[in-house]
Amino acid sequence: MSSALYDLIGLAAGVCFILALKGLSHPKTARRGNLIGAFGATVATLVVFLYVTKPADGTPAHSLPLHNLGWILGAIAVGLVIGVPAARKVQMTQMPQLVALFNGVGGGAAALVAIVEYLNLGAEATKAEVIFTVFTVVVGCVSFSGSIITFMKLQELMTTRPVVFPGGRFVIAATLAAVLGVSGWVVAALGTTPLLILAALSLLFGILFVLPVGGADVPIVISLLNAFTGLTVAASGYVLNSTLLIIAGTLVGASGTILTRLMADAMGRSLFGTLFGAFTAKPQDVAAAGEERPVRSGSPDDVAILLNYARRVVIVPGFGLAVAQAQHTVRELADLMISKGIDVAYGIHPVAGRMPGHMNVLLAEANVPYDQLAEMDEVNPTFGQTDVAIVIGANDVVNPAAKTTPGCPIYGMPILEVSNAANVIFLKRSMRPGFAGIENELLYDPKTMLLFGDAKSSLTKVVSALKAL
Amino acid sequence: MEPMAILSIFVLAVFVGFEVVSKVSSTLHTPLMSGANAIHGVILVGAIIVADHSHTNLELGLSLAAIVLATINMVGGFVVTDRMLEMFKGKKKGADQ
Repeated sequence: MSSALYDLIGLAAGVCFILALKGLSHPKTARRGNLIGAFGATVATLVVFLYVTKPADGTPAHSLPLHNLGWILGAIAVGLVIGVPAARKVQMTQMPQLVALFNGVGGGAAALVAIVEYLNLGAEATKAEVIFTVFTVVVGCVSFSGSIITFMKLQELMTTRPVVFPGGRFVIAATLAAVLGVSGWVVAALGTTPLLILAALSLLFGILFVLPVGGADVPIVISLLNAFTGLTVAASGYVLNSTLLIIAGTLVGASGTILTRLMADAMGRSLFGTLFGAFTAKPQDVAAAGEERPVRSGSPDDVAILLNYARRVVIVPGFGLAVAQAQHTVRELADLMISKGIDVAYGIHPVAGRMPGHMNVLLAEANVPYDQLAEMDEVNPTFGQTDVAIVIGANDVVNPAAKTTPGCPIYGMPILEVSNAANVIFLKRSMRPGFAGIENELLYDPKTMLLFGDAKSSLTKVVSALKAL
Repeated sequence: MEPMAILSIFVLAVFVGFEVVSKVSSTLHTPLMSGANAIHGVILVGAIIVADHSHTNLELGLSLAAIVLATINMVGGFVVTDRMLEMFKGKKKGADQ
């Protein structure tokens, strides 16, 4: 294959990625967009096997097949065996952490590619190539270890609260300074050992960088790390002389940055506050104050009676609903209420679930009609005319502290104003605070009724009680 | 490649990246992030190239690890994005904003 044809096919793959991102931005074309992206990536991968790039150390390109072909195919097979079942079998509730993990391994791959190319180049490397290599290693490693921490937070393998330790800020600042210092050393001295030290320090920095981020802000960090990984791919493209990698990486870097900002806006957070606010935050001492206060708890029958005489009901689903796999039962309840002539809507907070849009995916999975899903701006003005708001496994997205308590981790986040409804029902497993780890005053409000238990079994009981009425 | 040509490609790609996603409803944030995530899996191409260039066992080992990770990123990313978007199908009415 001629080098012009190889480059041309690379360009076509780049165009596929642009069309993919464009398609993914609109609900109608999203699925097709993703398939176009997959097509482009597949073609780009296949073409590499038909064309041998000239090694960077100056030796001429050898003839086909590629060196180490068997090993390469074997490694791809291993990747497929790990990646495909993980992607196919993952529960939709656990999907955000899987995306985080995929992003992390992508960053790790970029860092490894840069390290190998650096070993390969040795003293032949130009200053520019070394600088791009250093960039890729640093950012790729940060993305890798940072994503692993976000994965552990979302999987609840570790605490979801900001992890802040005394002097943490100084440790982070010192690590960053060390990363920058060693980067300079690598550029000046060109050695394998400094590069490996740099990789280790960058991994450490990634961990320290994500630890202080609170659970609710994790999606923003995933999106940011995603953009980072994109940039590392672009930088690898420079070192490997691949236009395709430059285009693809830059596209992801740029669109990822915009997406991160859009997400932060949807959550009412400043990006700066998310990344650096937690550096100064003190761990909230939440549980102590609320533990002993009385709450009003009810039975499924009480809830059914309340619903039976309502004219308008708004269902506010949260992550707890998805954990309990109660999407289908919720739909059953909604259908039953509609058959009784009750006006039913779902109030979807932009960040309900664990990521923006996550809840829409989960409800779509249960075949909830799209026109019953109301976005926050649409549903908030209607709570005044709403008789009952049922909050199922949600907490932070209805927590009035976001409006009333400056300094709490979610302060400034727009919320669903369920407190304006005549009655509020909370379905909760326990009095445990939400993902962000903040006490919710609304639970103690006199018009609030709590129904404790697993969301699915509680809802099933409410459905049968309502049928009996 | 010419530094100027590379810079041009980079700057134009930045603007295209900004443009294509500037107006997206929050419903699609998650699939979009996941799709973009899959796209940077093309680092697989880079990983294959360095595996071909590898001279030592260390280089080969590291580049094979990179191939495994990149394949997981790319293939897993597209598959999981497709699964998410599959949920939205069949609701064409009202689905377009």
